[in-house]
Amino acid sequence: MQSLVSFKKVIVVSGNFPILTGLDFETGPGEVVLVKGRNGAGKTSFLRAVAGLLRITKGSALVLGVDLISNPADARHRVGLLGHETFLYEDLTAKENVTFVLKATRSNISKVDAALSAVGLTGRLSDLRVSSMSAGQRKKVALAALLAREPELWLLDEPHAALDSWTREVLDTAINSSVANGATVLLVSHEPLHGSLMPTRVVELAGGKVITDTRDIKPVVAEKVPL
Amino acid sequence: MWRDALLMAGKDLRIEFRSKVTLNQILPFAFVTLIVFAFALDTSPGTLQKVAPGLFWLAVLFSSIFSVDRAVAIETNDNAGDGLAVYGVDSGGIFLGKVTSVFVQLFLLEAVLLVGVVILYGPAIDGWPLVLLSAFFATVGISAAGVMYSQLASGSRAKQTLLPLLLIPVTSPVLLAATKSWQDAFSSTASLGDPWLRLLIVFSVVYLALGAVFYGSILEA
Amino acid sequence: MESKRYKWTRRAIGIVSLLLVAATVIFGLWITPPDVVQGQLVRLIYVHPPVAWVAYLAYGITSIASTLYLWKRTRNMKWDLLAASSAEVGVIFTALTLVTGSIWGRPAWGVWWTWDARLTTTALLFVLYLGYLALRRVPATSHQRAVRSAIAGLIAFVDVPIVHQSVVWWRTLHQGATVLNPSLSPKIHGEMAMTLLLGFISFTFVYAWMLMHRYQIAGFEQKILDIELDQILEERLHEPGMESMQVELSPDVEQIDRHSKV
Repeated sequence: MQSLVSFKKVIVVSGNFPILTGLDFETGPGEVVLVKGRNGAGKTSFLRAVAGLLRITKGSALVLGVDLISNPADARHRVGLLGHETFLYEDLTAKENVTFVLKATRSNISKVDAALSAVGLTGRLSDLRVSSMSAGQRKKVALAALLAREPELWLLDEPHAALDSWTREVLDTAINSSVANGATVLLVSHEPLHGSLMPTRVVELAGGKVITDTRDIKPVVAEKVPL
Repeated sequence: MWRDALLMAGKDLRIEFRSKVTLNQILPFAFVTLIVFAFALDTSPGTLQKVAPGLFWLAVLFSSIFSVDRAVAIETNDNAGDGLAVYGVDSGGIFLGKVTSVFVQLFLLEAVLLVGVVILYGPAIDGWPLVLLSAFFATVGISAAGVMYSQLASGSRAKQTLLPLLLIPVTSPVLLAATKSWQDAFSSTASLGDPWLRLLIVFSVVYLALGAVFYGSILEA
Repeated sequence: MESKRYKWTRRAIGIVSLLLVAATVIFGLWITPPDVVQGQLVRLIYVHPPVAWVAYLAYGITSIASTLYLWKRTRNMKWDLLAASSAEVGVIFTALTLVTGSIWGRPAWGVWWTWDARLTTTALLFVLYLGYLALRRVPATSHQRAVRSAIAGLIAFVDVPIVHQSVVWWRTLHQGATVLNPSLSPKIHGEMAMTLLLGFISFTFVYAWMLMHRYQIAGFEQKILDIELDQILEERLHEPGMESMQVELSPDVEQIDRHSKV
């Protein structure tokens, strides 16, 4: 199986604090990995490291076939990260923000309107400046950008937080359909998952390491999609 | 790189156009400095005419500190800079885009400010080609060095005090050269072979190159 | 870091510097004659140019070390420590250059300060590297600080000739270079020239000695940070939530090589 993410004994030290302390993790295409752990276990840092935003101090790290040690930037544009920060510009409208993201990632900008209406930001809402939006609405904008980009690797850090149940369902459906097309999702969540999104694997972190890795969860993807 | 530069410059200018910080805050600040300079000096016409170029460029240099600070702050709000990294935007492109955006803002500010200088200090301007060319390269130099230093100082709590300390000494040759070439231009000894203009060109090319090469390392570190 | 050889080299350099400085003092104050024009004032020449030379030497070393850090193949934390140490010594010598120049300028020119090209350049140089040192104090990871300050160090160094050229055009009063005269006929002779040379050598030794001391302190500071890091790392490996697994400190974790290649 081709591996999308391959972390071997990854150590990340930031400001003299070891955030990841020898983390091992491997995943192939078509997986939905739920990342669990207490606060400060290193879940968010793990996702940021996969996104190439943290410098790996030691170990080996491959993401989408790119070595993060030598080329931390080369895999980034194929990775979608949705975290606590939405990376939006306050003075731009929802539509402008999404368009900017698509242009920056060299994606097709024709999907902007479709993506915005998929998350329920239509009409006047799509031309509203982000500065006057609520936290939930901002998250929807970031989500729209992610949907339109169709990344190969989704890194979702508590994506359901601040979203209404309708949008959660939109997100879950989107995740499922892209996983069906071979994308992989790493999902950090404190809440139990409900609805249509089912993890194929649960990984638990503590002290910056993987301590349990449960794979024998019924693979949702395999039965749905003949690859 | 050029594509990303254009994208970044467009985005930054649009944000600037929306928030109007340059128009509402930086430009009035520059005008206030022009007025208080006159308080500090002698208001007799001869004096102010003589020092007009120097005061103009000093006002621009001070204003540029706010502009470059803001250019970098756009990306630190909501960690948009990390977003740029995730999107794979070229770092040289980010640098050139920011320099372009700051350049456009400063150049417009200078145009308005020049009118103010003419009205308040009353110098006679002769060599327009030299005035414009010096202003062009001086502004490129200030923008390039400024964006780079602003990024270096970003993320520190002491940013507001650190940035001027770093930027003013480095851009002092620009201040000197722009002032001198304008003095030449104002006193009708203007020629485009002015050595000060050459110094401005060298400075702006050097700092554009340094930024295009090193900006990525600053962002990645 | 404190190897025996380093320690003895440092001590030897210290002793040599002391002897050389003593010799410079004796020659400068008693053996050489007063100048025909400048009188006793000329004795400052045995201090002022050598001190200025050391300042430039120090900034040169800072730039080379900064470049070596920025270049990935030679990247090593010790270059950053060397750059920082040298810049700190350089700032002190720049201050000394300004002070000795001022002391000489007052009786010679009648003013403490004059806006001549070399003075102005030196003053700007002083502020440039003060900025460099201020940037180093900004809290950051050691790699972050190293990259940022290396770039700032290089910018400052590139700026020096531009600053110099601009102020030379601006105005020039300073007497022409005394030793490196283009016509290759040094204007001073005999024991005065020798004492001046002695001054250059002794202050260069003093620089080397101070640099070695400062570099060592920087190394110690780094070591303290590393020890702290090891403690935090150990605590982190025993954090709550880890009970479910057999905790063993893997040898990899303990041997993170934080100084060399990062």
